[in-house]
Amino acid sequence: MSFSDSIFWVFATTAVVPAFLILFTRSIVRMAFLLLGSLAGFAGLYLQLNAAFLGFTQVMVYIGGILILFLFGVMLTQRSDIPVREKVGPALAVPGFFAGLLLMAALLFIALQNPWKTHPPVPVTEPDTPVIGIKLLSTYILPFEAVSILLLAAMVGATYIARVQAPGAPDGQAELSDSNAEGRLE
Amino acid sequence: MTWSPILLDVIRAVLIFAAVMTLVPFLVLAERRISAWIQNRVGPNRVGPMGTLQPLADVIKLVFKEEIVPARADRVLYSLGPLLSFAPAAIAFAAIPVGRGLQVVDMSVGVLFVITATSLAVYGISFGGWASNNKFSLLGGLRSSAQIISYEIAMGLALISVIMTTGSVSLSQISEGQTSFLCWNIFRQPIAFVIFFTAAFAENNRLPFDLPECESELVGGYHTEYSGMKFGMYFLAEYVAMIVMSAMVVTLFLGAWSPGFALPEGLLGTVISVGVFSFKLFAVLFFYIWVRWTLPRFRYDQLMHLGWKSLVPLAMANIVVTGIVVTIWDAVQ
Repeated sequence: MSFSDSIFWVFATTAVVPAFLILFTRSIVRMAFLLLGSLAGFAGLYLQLNAAFLGFTQVMVYIGGILILFLFGVMLTQRSDIPVREKVGPALAVPGFFAGLLLMAALLFIALQNPWKTHPPVPVTEPDTPVIGIKLLSTYILPFEAVSILLLAAMVGATYIARVQAPGAPDGQAELSDSNAEGRLE
Repeated sequence: MTWSPILLDVIRAVLIFAAVMTLVPFLVLAERRISAWIQNRVGPNRVGPMGTLQPLADVIKLVFKEEIVPARADRVLYSLGPLLSFAPAAIAFAAIPVGRGLQVVDMSVGVLFVITATSLAVYGISFGGWASNNKFSLLGGLRSSAQIISYEIAMGLALISVIMTTGSVSLSQISEGQTSFLCWNIFRQPIAFVIFFTAAFAENNRLPFDLPECESELVGGYHTEYSGMKFGMYFLAEYVAMIVMSAMVVTLFLGAWSPGFALPEGLLGTVISVGVFSFKLFAVLFFYIWVRWTLPRFRYDQLMHLGWKSLVPLAMANIVVTGIVVTIWDAVQ
């Protein structure tokens, strides 16, 4: 086994094993930690394929952004008086077992049916960052702009939901008085 | 790939790592001495000449302290917290050129790498805070994640305008673009410099943004329950992150290893460049310490207000202006 092969196996194991372990974890925060490992493993695979920009963007967006927000939400909402390790009774376990079996069968079916096209890695000769930038702003400008509009809509929606209603003000008319509202938001 | 280039990489990595690690205890000593000077005190001056052996004594004390794990703490995450905080900060230094042509890895996406690595430090703090099973720790961890996410956006947007000016995301190319004094990015992107530096303080949880560990409200914040070497690791991580951020400020804005004029070729030039880089690094670190012992802490809503309502819009406006200027500049040329 060559050096790069062994590195591949390190990353592949890091990507798959935590994802598998999530199934056996009850604590949500621990799941988040395992997800962190899994996402990092995938980032490592991108890096090994010389896609440095993609790899670091993966870490930045998923690990540095989405997962931390997820964790933030869990920590804000989880209450210590509710036990983390709930017992799962047969009422949940039996349907859960069959649902899982069904899902696994479906995934296996797709995985075995699909004619996977595999070819050896293509060496990257030029830095990928300018290539991605130019492609995004020329060939793929329409999807790029569509995504930006989607994100803008999500942002406006989130701001609307997070807005604190002033007491007594009619719906949608609420104007924030500065310090008071912010204190409650955070 | 053969083994010898890998070995060379390892040697370089170990050298840089050792240099940063050696710097930390003395930075702590400098912090204590400078704070004493600012507050008209004497500071530690008993251990060794001028107190220079104080860091050694501190480290020995930390190593031999008993480690206490709080009851009903999540033991795995509790132990991993300090490590998760320290490792990303230490890794980040790999991409920073500490002298002309002297860096562990010359990455084509160096800026992205360092920013990514430093943003991961929040995991150590939030996992540690959560796993401690202590409300003060949890609040510290929560505050830290909210603060770091908020200021990361301002920081990233400030960086975009720098990248637009220099036309590269490689740290070595950004350094080489600043060899003459007037090309330093602090002159070309002064607004981005202010935003980046402010956000750097917040990313490092340093005063005036040290809400995750503010003593008057949260005991010790996220590390309330940590003792012994685990606490030492958090402490180490904080200072390494501070060195990394200072190095980034120097590399991105203050002309990196360039003294402002062309260096002589060969070994002499390289040695001078390392000296210049270290000098600038120490100057920025001194500024960090100076700010910490001068400014009071922000209130939490002021912190969020500054981040979201001042720095982010300012950075966005800066990007638009930079875009217009760069386009006109390219058209004129």
